[in-house]
Amino acid sequence: MSAPGQTGGGSERNEVASGVLFASLAFACIALMVLDHRENHLERVRQVLSVAVHPIRVAVDLPFTAWDAAGRSLTSQRELLEENERLRREQLNANFQLQRLAALEAENARLRELLDSPAALDHRVLVAEILAVDLDPYRQRFNVNRGIANGVFVGQALLDANGVVGQVVEVGPFTAEAVAITDADHALPVRVNRNGFRTVAVGTGDSTRLRLPYVTNTADIEVGDLLVSSGLGGVFPLGYPVAHVLEVRQLPGQSFADVIAEPVSALDRDREVLLVWDANRATSAAVDAPFVSELQ
Amino acid sequence: MVNGIGSRKLPALSLLAALLLAIVPMPEWIAAFRPDWVAVVLLYWCVVAPDKLGMLTALGMGLALDVLTGSLLGQHALALLVIVYLCQRFPPRIRVIPLAQLTAMIVALLALYELVLFWVDGTAGRTVPLIDRWAPVLSSALVWVLALAILDRWRRVAHARM
Repeated sequence: MSAPGQTGGGSERNEVASGVLFASLAFACIALMVLDHRENHLERVRQVLSVAVHPIRVAVDLPFTAWDAAGRSLTSQRELLEENERLRREQLNANFQLQRLAALEAENARLRELLDSPAALDHRVLVAEILAVDLDPYRQRFNVNRGIANGVFVGQALLDANGVVGQVVEVGPFTAEAVAITDADHALPVRVNRNGFRTVAVGTGDSTRLRLPYVTNTADIEVGDLLVSSGLGGVFPLGYPVAHVLEVRQLPGQSFADVIAEPVSALDRDREVLLVWDANRATSAAVDAPFVSELQ
Repeated sequence: MVNGIGSRKLPALSLLAALLLAIVPMPEWIAAFRPDWVAVVLLYWCVVAPDKLGMLTALGMGLALDVLTGSLLGQHALALLVIVYLCQRFPPRIRVIPLAQLTAMIVALLALYELVLFWVDGTAGRTVPLIDRWAPVLSSALVWVLALAILDRWRRVAHARM
């Protein structure tokens, strides 16, 4: 950016000043990015900024929430009765399955006791609403309306009524940012429910597809298999449905097969998700607390 | 001459609107074509009223955008800073240069904006589709043409008064 010579002395000085300002601001931006990317030093800064822009998120989300509320208050009695009837049927069905589940859970606990391997299937959950706010279009991310104030933490798993949705990557005071399991930079450890075969499901950037890149050609995996979270990696709780295998293509000459799966959770239609607190983590936090207070 | 546009209220309001538009939900099939609202509005004000906002505004808007969209802190700030600096450094003299040339210049700046974002994503090792990245340049150019229609009208009014 060489200065055009024909301008007067005053504007030349001006140009130098603006050049210096630009260089220092650009340097500050680059320093910010490096700090943010490498060290996560900027958690506090991000939280403060997150509060500052919170009204914008609320303003964008408000019409959608209001529309939902209006829809709810304007449904006719007949529709309500129909919905009531449908829900009653669903509840009956769910209760029927729960009865079997209760028996199975008790049996499972007994067997695990015999094997001396405690397993916590007990999880505390909190309903969070997804804010009607679009983030980066190239990544599968979303905001939820719970934050530090509700005890949300980075790495917390998110579920919906059908299965695993994603995990929290950043927490602000009132909101948290989560990444969906189909994000191109996300991977989660899964297990084939039928035979316990373990592998990793990687996001594709398409909210209806997951890829299983590390399945050998000879592995026992079939179209229609249910993949559940394996609990390895310590982020996602054990045993929640993740996806159905959609396509298995064995490639001759390659050692790995091409496996595509479809997530069971309604990733692009959800309005509400569940934040999960692991029983193990809750106890470890309770253990940590007195230790911390002693230090201070 | 710049009665309506002279006040600071209008730029501030339009920038706020741009921030809202930047995160309003869009259907998935069209989401890649979301215009770079903030960049377009900033460039518009740089052309129309260069002394009303500068690099510090660009920095602030960029940081707000970074936090809202969950990108790396400083990514949008740097991209906006670069284009606003260039626009101030080589001010398009809107009464002198033809509108077609002005449009070409703005589109080049918008492409540069996307290039900076793309470069930062690449350096940080984030997976980003290569083709989709350039869709916002197209849609932003369309928005710019709309803005230009307004600008053109204002310019004629300004000419009439001179």
